[in-house]
Amino acid sequence: MEIEPARPIPAPALAPPDLSQVGPPSSPLPLPKIFANDPAPPTLVTQGAEALLYRTTYLLPSIACALKYRPSKPYRHPILDARLTKHRILSEARVLVKCRKEGVPVPAVFALDEKEGWLMIEWIEGEVVRIRLNEWLQRRKEEGEELRARHEAVLKGLMARIGSAIGRMHGVGIVHGDLTTSNLMLRGGSEDLLADDKILEGEVVLIDFGLASQSTADEDRAVDLYVLERAFGSTHPRAEGLFSELLVSYGKSFKGATVVLKKLEDVRMRGRKRSMLG
Amino acid sequence: MIAIGLEGSANKLGVGIISHPSPGKAAIILSNIRHTFVSPPGEGFLPKDTAKHHRSWVIKLVKQAMAQAKVTIKDVDCICYTKGPGMGAPLQSVAVAARMLSLLWQKELVGVNHCVGHIEMGREITGAQNPVVLYVSGGNTQVIAYAEQRYRIFGEALDIAVGNCLDRFARTLEISNDPAPGYNIEQLAKKGKVLLDLPYAVKGMDCSFSGILASIDILAAELKANPEQRDPITGEIVTTADLCFSLQETVYAMLVEITERAMAHVGSRQVLIVGGVGCNERLQEMMGLMAKDRGGSVFATDERFCIDNGIMIAHAGLLAYKTGFRTPLEESTCTQRFRTDEVFVKWRD
Repeated sequence: MEIEPARPIPAPALAPPDLSQVGPPSSPLPLPKIFANDPAPPTLVTQGAEALLYRTTYLLPSIACALKYRPSKPYRHPILDARLTKHRILSEARVLVKCRKEGVPVPAVFALDEKEGWLMIEWIEGEVVRIRLNEWLQRRKEEGEELRARHEAVLKGLMARIGSAIGRMHGVGIVHGDLTTSNLMLRGGSEDLLADDKILEGEVVLIDFGLASQSTADEDRAVDLYVLERAFGSTHPRAEGLFSELLVSYGKSFKGATVVLKKLEDVRMRGRKRSMLG
Repeated sequence: MIAIGLEGSANKLGVGIISHPSPGKAAIILSNIRHTFVSPPGEGFLPKDTAKHHRSWVIKLVKQAMAQAKVTIKDVDCICYTKGPGMGAPLQSVAVAARMLSLLWQKELVGVNHCVGHIEMGREITGAQNPVVLYVSGGNTQVIAYAEQRYRIFGEALDIAVGNCLDRFARTLEISNDPAPGYNIEQLAKKGKVLLDLPYAVKGMDCSFSGILASIDILAAELKANPEQRDPITGEIVTTADLCFSLQETVYAMLVEITERAMAHVGSRQVLIVGGVGCNERLQEMMGLMAKDRGGSVFATDERFCIDNGIMIAHAGLLAYKTGFRTPLEESTCTQRFRTDEVFVKWRD
């Protein structure tokens, strides 16, 4: 056996990039083929890791809709890419349809093409809970103590509504997989609604089911709650104390919810921390 | 300042000597040598045999590293060694060697986290400033980003590491472990064309490889029983190369996906790949395609720094040493379990 030779001066295998060239992708963001010649092209709302979200209309110019597009990934083998895109579009649509059928507040599915990788769903008019809650907390900061108790009741009401919405979803055998306050919306958004007392009103609608699956396992449900609890704590530290309100209303929302809450305690203890085996 | 680093958490024994000139200047590698314990085809490396290998080579390697670096004992400021994570027996052999040198040379010890060693060396070599790090090796699969004095783990393998999956499949095929099982799978995969259906197990930023290993093992057994098998779609004869190809395409797609998700999450455009599996050119190519789509870039190193080595331990150890970190002799233990996020990274802002 030979000792591997040492080489004195290191040279990176891939040269560090010219930083001036690091910028937005050179090509415009892709759109599904059938929208390519749209006279009123969809407008980009957000770019996630996997999907692009556009706003457009469905059938009539008056019906707003959200277009979720999963463009093919150049790094993936074409067969694998097609398989994953198809699976993800279909499973998201199936979950949404099932939720809607059972009365869980989610966007309606309008159309999809699993081969082309797009899904058209109802546009929810309103804002995500994260934005509304932060705005609300900001306003509370500016006012005095005497109003706090009355206002806390409003926030407790929102937490309870979120808890029961999640409970209903779990009750019909769906787990979300990525619950955060950015994936919960409050429907309605006209100016008068944003008046102080109304800012936390509106129906709670669950969105973004890209990582959702059909499961009735207590473990999966508890992990769903744990993920939300962690996200809630890091996004809204000042409202963290009221998370228990959410769990109380969750506990009353479906049969078997109390078992999930018990399981949540185990999940909390275990956390995401896994001891490394080297 | 000059440090010597000793690494032996798995089947490679590495000794490296690094010099950090005045602050702001690049580190100088004075020597970086390695000796690998290679097990026969169809077998993995056992802790007992690996420890024996390390014990019998460590003195020779230290002597050679010192000679190559042209430094004397007087020039060395500290002795860095891998505290963990890794296999118990090999870690112990190297820790004993480090303690011996410490007592013999009257130098202080610095225990280093193996993963942090990989990350710091990767940053030093490539010049990547604040990248999302994909750390992939025989024992670890982690997506890491730095925040507030710690390397935080955003995603990880929930069961076996990706390198372990590849190594064990090499054992199933009974292909050579020289120079590394993963390298030989990569060469075979270059001849593969047919993509076979394997499970794809990504959950958010985490992933799992044990089910994939079980599936590809079944496919390999079927192929052995019936070598004339044809792919139902293309009608082509399925070969061992196709198995390696399918395995690589699947597991690397998973790794790139979780890395992309972490990049979107933390808003970074740089990726740094470290660890033994990071040598794989197909993985580097796929990561490059993903990064390009996001307007970013990928950084990777070659086998001298990707594969376990002594220089990364010396480098990370010296960074800690300069902030005042010491490992007293009584505490110079090693541990099989040592998470990346347990280390307080005092040397970064």
